[in-house]
Amino acid sequence: MAENNRAVVKLKERFADALLEYKEHRGEVTVTVKKESILEVLKYLRDDLRYNFLSDVTAVDYLGQEPRFMVVYHLLSIPNKDRVRVKAPVTEADCSIDSAAVLWNSANWLEREAYDLFGINFKNHPNLVRILMTDDWVGHPLRKDYPLQGPDREPYKGRLS
Amino acid sequence: MASEIMTLNMGPQHPSTHGVLRLVVELDGEVIQKITPHIGYLHRGIEKLAEHRTYHQTLPLTDRMDYLAPMHNNLGYVLAVEKLLGLDVPERAKLVRIIMAELTRLKSHLVWIACHALDIGAMTVFLYAFRERELVMDLYEMVSGARMTSNYFRVGGLSRDLPAGFEQKVQEIVDTFPGHFDTYEGLLTKNTIWLQRTIGNGVISAEDAIDFGISGPALRGSGVDFDLRRDLPYSGYEDFDFKVPVGENCDTFDRYKVRLVEMREAVKIIDQALKKLKPGPILADAPQVCYPPKESVYNSIEGLIHHFKIASEGFPVPEGEVYMAVENPKGELGYYIVSDGGNMPYRMRVRPPSFVNLGAIEKMAKGSMLADLVAVIGTLDIVLGEIDR
Repeated sequence: MAENNRAVVKLKERFADALLEYKEHRGEVTVTVKKESILEVLKYLRDDLRYNFLSDVTAVDYLGQEPRFMVVYHLLSIPNKDRVRVKAPVTEADCSIDSAAVLWNSANWLEREAYDLFGINFKNHPNLVRILMTDDWVGHPLRKDYPLQGPDREPYKGRLS
Repeated sequence: MASEIMTLNMGPQHPSTHGVLRLVVELDGEVIQKITPHIGYLHRGIEKLAEHRTYHQTLPLTDRMDYLAPMHNNLGYVLAVEKLLGLDVPERAKLVRIIMAELTRLKSHLVWIACHALDIGAMTVFLYAFRERELVMDLYEMVSGARMTSNYFRVGGLSRDLPAGFEQKVQEIVDTFPGHFDTYEGLLTKNTIWLQRTIGNGVISAEDAIDFGISGPALRGSGVDFDLRRDLPYSGYEDFDFKVPVGENCDTFDRYKVRLVEMREAVKIIDQALKKLKPGPILADAPQVCYPPKESVYNSIEGLIHHFKIASEGFPVPEGEVYMAVENPKGELGYYIVSDGGNMPYRMRVRPPSFVNLGAIEKMAKGSMLADLVAVIGTLDIVLGEIDR
């Protein structure tokens, strides 16, 4: 159960106001926090709970829902052999969140990719430029409203379209 | 005399940059001051494509990322989907997956040692390693019909059982490959040129390696004793006895040694798996997910309808999200899949080890000579298909 998870127990004590949701699914614990507290939460998980390895930073576009984006961090504790997923909601109107590159260098490229493909701005990132698409590319391809077949094309409607 | 910084484009056509990596290198004489990698030349939008295909149709996209270790990509993906479904696979399928995954590790590391040695100027090892790799490729062809784009694993098990004679051929590999590794070591480990080009080159400490998110042999070469197969086991790896090698000096030579020991350990794992292999089903008893046996498709209308339904509509996956990582030859290959309850992934994210490892290239090569950059690229064992996806 998520309530008994080590990270959840500690985060509930320390970041009660910032914690939006916690749950366990298929043995994986997910903690959703307010984006304003993301750096504090990640720093606490890294320094105090020994989730020392930032495996991944990515995003999910829940088009039609509010807040639209969810920034997702996958943390790994090498000493404890344990994982936790941290998520932070980001709205379309204020599509930005603090950069975790101040905590881990691995966040540098991973956040550049999320910026490139989702258009999420990572505040205070040392070099927030596109990484997979060309510099002059218009739009962010992994957004749900970006057409699969490229700009100025009808959305893909299946193989018979 | 006033010094001047020279900017040099290394790649994408430089042989060591694999045709699709461009490094803009700023040099003071021959000493590297700054490296700006440019990637994305091979970006095919695989994550986007996956959102518009059923779970079965998404599988062939995965083995096209790391084309040197296709079955590892298949494995990570099917394990993630099985986790979402809460599906367990039969014992035989698990063992065959382990055999194929470790053969894939051999195949990938053989290309690494071949190209790394060639980059540094040793051609004999290249020829030998590619000769051995062909034997593994033959096994790929036997089980999947393809030499690279395997598409062999399925959600719930395997696409087909092992063909006749497969186990004997694998046993030949188990018996002969340690001798080949001795040959490579004989050619390189005491070779003065090899030692001078690799010892003290591309050093990255354990703290920095963790900070940069480096994983796999490159992380272990920096002295971090962590291997997903042992520490967060999947697919039955917890039942196997194998060593996890770690380095001490965090340099290119240590990473070379780590990968060589990993190849020897892979052979031991394959040997153990062969001994455990017993006849049995290769697909889970989940008719709503797994394709029916081919005999049933060819000989009964029910089987044909069942096959058609799964091939055309796929299968619904319960709402939820999972992250499943496997120990790919390059490092932690993770699949993060979000399901909205439909028959296609709502979001499929690939955590590519080569992409994250390449992010540390400047840290590893800054202050070295330009010629050493070639050794650093080789020691990271990057595959651009996976970096760009």
